[in-house]
Amino acid sequence: MKKIQIFGLVIIAVAIGIIVSTAGDASTYVDFTKAKEMAQDGDNESIHVVGKLKKDAAGQILEMAYQPEIDPNYFEFTLVDNNNVEQKVIYKNSKPQDFDKSEQVVVVGKMKDGSFSAEKILMKCPSKYENGKMETTEHTAAKS
Amino acid sequence: MIHSTIGSAGHLLVIIAFVTALVATFAYFKAGMAGGSIEDTLTWKRFARIVFYTHVAAVVGVVFSLYWIIGNHYFEYHYAWKNSSLSLPTGYTISSFWQDQEGSFLLWIFWNVVLGCVLIFTNRSWEAPVMTVFALVQAFLTSMILGVVIPGLDLKIGSTPFLLLKEVMPDLPVYKMDPNFIPKDGNGLNPLLQNYWMVIHPPTLFLGFASTLIPFSFAIAGLWSKKIQEWIRPALPWALFSALVLGVGILMGAYWAYETLNFGSYWNWDPVENSSIVPWLILVAAVHTMIIGRRNATALKTSFILTIATFILILYSTFMTRSGVLGNASVHSFTDLGLSGQLLVYLLTFTVVSIALLVYRWKSLPSDDEEVSTYSQEFWIFIGATVLCLSGFQILATTSIPVYNKIAEAFGTILNMALPADQISHYNKFQLWFFSIIIVLTGVGQFFWWKRVGKGNLQALYNPLLIALLISAAVITFKGVKDIQYIVLLTTAIFAIVANGTILLNILRGNYGLSGGAVTHIGVALMLVGILFSSAYTRVVSINNSGLMISRSEEFTSNDNKENKENITLWLNKAEKMGDYMLTWRDVRVEPRHIPGYIPKSWVDIVEGDFHAVALRDIVVNNKKYNSKGDTIEIFPENFYYEIEYREPSGRIFTLFPRVQINPRMGGIVSSPDIQRKVDKDLYTYVSMVTNPTAEPIWSKTENFTVSLRDTFFVNDYVAILDNVVRTEEVEGVTLGEGDAAVKAIVRILDKDKEFVITPSFVIRDRLVARKPEVSNDLGLRLQFQEINPQTGQFTFGVNTTQRDFIVMKATEKPLINILWLGTFVLVIGFIMATIRRFKDFVKMRNKEEAQAAGQTKAKTKVQVA
Repeated sequence: MKKIQIFGLVIIAVAIGIIVSTAGDASTYVDFTKAKEMAQDGDNESIHVVGKLKKDAAGQILEMAYQPEIDPNYFEFTLVDNNNVEQKVIYKNSKPQDFDKSEQVVVVGKMKDGSFSAEKILMKCPSKYENGKMETTEHTAAKS
Repeated sequence: MIHSTIGSAGHLLVIIAFVTALVATFAYFKAGMAGGSIEDTLTWKRFARIVFYTHVAAVVGVVFSLYWIIGNHYFEYHYAWKNSSLSLPTGYTISSFWQDQEGSFLLWIFWNVVLGCVLIFTNRSWEAPVMTVFALVQAFLTSMILGVVIPGLDLKIGSTPFLLLKEVMPDLPVYKMDPNFIPKDGNGLNPLLQNYWMVIHPPTLFLGFASTLIPFSFAIAGLWSKKIQEWIRPALPWALFSALVLGVGILMGAYWAYETLNFGSYWNWDPVENSSIVPWLILVAAVHTMIIGRRNATALKTSFILTIATFILILYSTFMTRSGVLGNASVHSFTDLGLSGQLLVYLLTFTVVSIALLVYRWKSLPSDDEEVSTYSQEFWIFIGATVLCLSGFQILATTSIPVYNKIAEAFGTILNMALPADQISHYNKFQLWFFSIIIVLTGVGQFFWWKRVGKGNLQALYNPLLIALLISAAVITFKGVKDIQYIVLLTTAIFAIVANGTILLNILRGNYGLSGGAVTHIGVALMLVGILFSSAYTRVVSINNSGLMISRSEEFTSNDNKENKENITLWLNKAEKMGDYMLTWRDVRVEPRHIPGYIPKSWVDIVEGDFHAVALRDIVVNNKKYNSKGDTIEIFPENFYYEIEYREPSGRIFTLFPRVQINPRMGGIVSSPDIQRKVDKDLYTYVSMVTNPTAEPIWSKTENFTVSLRDTFFVNDYVAILDNVVRTEEVEGVTLGEGDAAVKAIVRILDKDKEFVITPSFVIRDRLVARKPEVSNDLGLRLQFQEINPQTGQFTFGVNTTQRDFIVMKATEKPLINILWLGTFVLVIGFIMATIRRFKDFVKMRNKEEAQAAGQTKAKTKVQVA
């Protein structure tokens, strides 16, 4: 076999490795029902869940707590996913700025002891600036 | 009055630019086609050049029109209204130009015409085929800002920046009342972009994007006119220039992110960042294969593939960031302007045409007779280029995940793939090893390149290897590097520095002009060392140790106590221990425009919705008086700085001012860090939450206390003592006349470790009672002197309480980050040296060819005469 052929084979092998690893590391968008099933099956993978904040008729956000005077690193809220399933979410970091204004929230993390433990929060805030279009911001919790 | 002329002129010029670009494409194409008579070719070429110059003039006119609209604050135009405001300092008015998509396309178009003109002047022999590609790209780019609706088809082509606000939002109620309504002020520039880096980063990056077109055009021209090898000489200096500018542009963005965003890092693996680094990696690989492409056929073929790939990846990156395909995935992508279809056509046209041309010519490309030797320079450079490509491929494969979802959607399946939850470890898993290999190859490659080593003659490499191992061992021990992958990266990077340094010393004795490669490689190696330490050994300093606070609540103690507590809460003027430091939040400050530094917010009263403030006292900074009480001064109304005092164990004190920007129109509170720069590390601090400095505090219901002198009472859980009530001659904000009287109470309030004195006043003026309350932000307390009862000798005070002011902040240490910036400088210098060297090569060859050509014509005329 010629050197160039060996070389080519090595490259192809690495490229396949990259693709397989990308597919393996890629997270998925699921809903809370599926997230709970995954947790029960012992699947420890981090997933994305899209949802909205729980609000009352007047637009007030319900079940959200952040008390920096007690613990600036503990923020909890309730997220309603696209199938209207409610779930308590815990984010062990400071509350993201402008969280209250977000229209849509994506939480990245996994179910843990009955609540969703978020590692990362992505928000879509309406902003006049974008003429009614959404703007996204990202917040990451520190790794434990 | 609505200034409609300038907008119409701009719009017309865009259309002219588009049409001339199309005509120039055709004319240059005709000139480039072989077969016509020499005279025909010349006529076409001359015509094409004139059309292209018209195009240049039109583009300059468009740029001027848009700038005129922004610079003169014509807020009747949507673009000016959306992106600028009266309060914007002049420097940043320039950035509002490219703040939006249309403007950034325009910037790109502008750089292309500049580069096009340079090419026409420096390189006549390649003009026709190269400029065909250029003009075609210009046609596509100008079409993006065309803003023309094709009648009948309802098809909109491009989005023009010259729309009036009325045309964009015709439904605003104000237009029913006044059709000629012009907003008084604009929305302003996103405060995050009001940064000097944002004035130079986008033009640099777009110059980088634009310049990738040049090597691409030469490659296409080479294929087209069958100058299979000759294209490399003129293209190489441009490829180097492009790699330099694009690299600098990316790094500026990284530095801006480090200084301004609170990611806490210079690189976030954001799709937008990734999609600009991938073309750069491929371009660098292309530069390397081009260097050996004239000697080695495989490298020549690869050069074609890589230069074409670079340009197509730039288009792909444009498509990703501007078509809205990224959606949730990115923090700073543009929103969809409805151009996705057009962008896709642009991307696909160039992909298909260039691949087709390459396939068509593939057979006529040369191939190597014998296999390349493992001991040759070509072999090592080729391996290096391959690993660079793999590195780019890995980043691209992951970044494109949102695109896979879209493609699946187009085929009717739902993929629901998301970016990896832990992106850093995902990318590191590959990139760390790729870059370890790449950096070793830079050293080994240089030794083979300069023929310091060869088959059976590898001794020259032993010394650098030995030295590198010794230094690495010392650094690893000294710095306590434990993870195997970091040890590998560190050792390889140090080897690269030593090996390239050895070569550098060798060549310096001869001709320093040739040392660009070695210098660049040293820069990269230094950058890797800097990245390694500053990222992998980042240490959070603000670990929340105040267990007391947390233990107050059951819920928090029941949490896993090992959980990271990386943010700490600071109360106004209360010292808190953080790592080795004692921290105190002192004040909120604002930024005046013509006074150095920041001044306390309490010194001024900010005029709402304006960029002016009224001084509440004389403004004295550094013993120099700038303004008197009552003066109106200019400030940056969005910026608030949190004065945080750090006391080191040695007693040394320094102050950091992390910034919070509040822009109600943008709907946001945005925080930016402040950095204490030391030689060996940066201390990086930002506030993650504040009580809104522009909001009025919400006070509790008034509670009244009636007390005698020396009595003690409890307010908001604090012990308060009424020490005395004294007559006073001066009350702030009140002028006392004849027969008026004023008293003030001296109330002492005891906090845990500190005493506060609050002095509310009670004024009788013109027989009317005025009560001047006093507020303590430290305690979240307002005290008002309500009543004096002369009979009982008792005094009544009204007390309101509010949330005490606090901030939540985070601080991290980034060791050795300066090595990264140092490496950047070295890299830039190396690239400049290499570019100059290759440009000189090209000029030498061009002049030689011209002289030859001139000689030939002369000979011909002589023959004719004879």
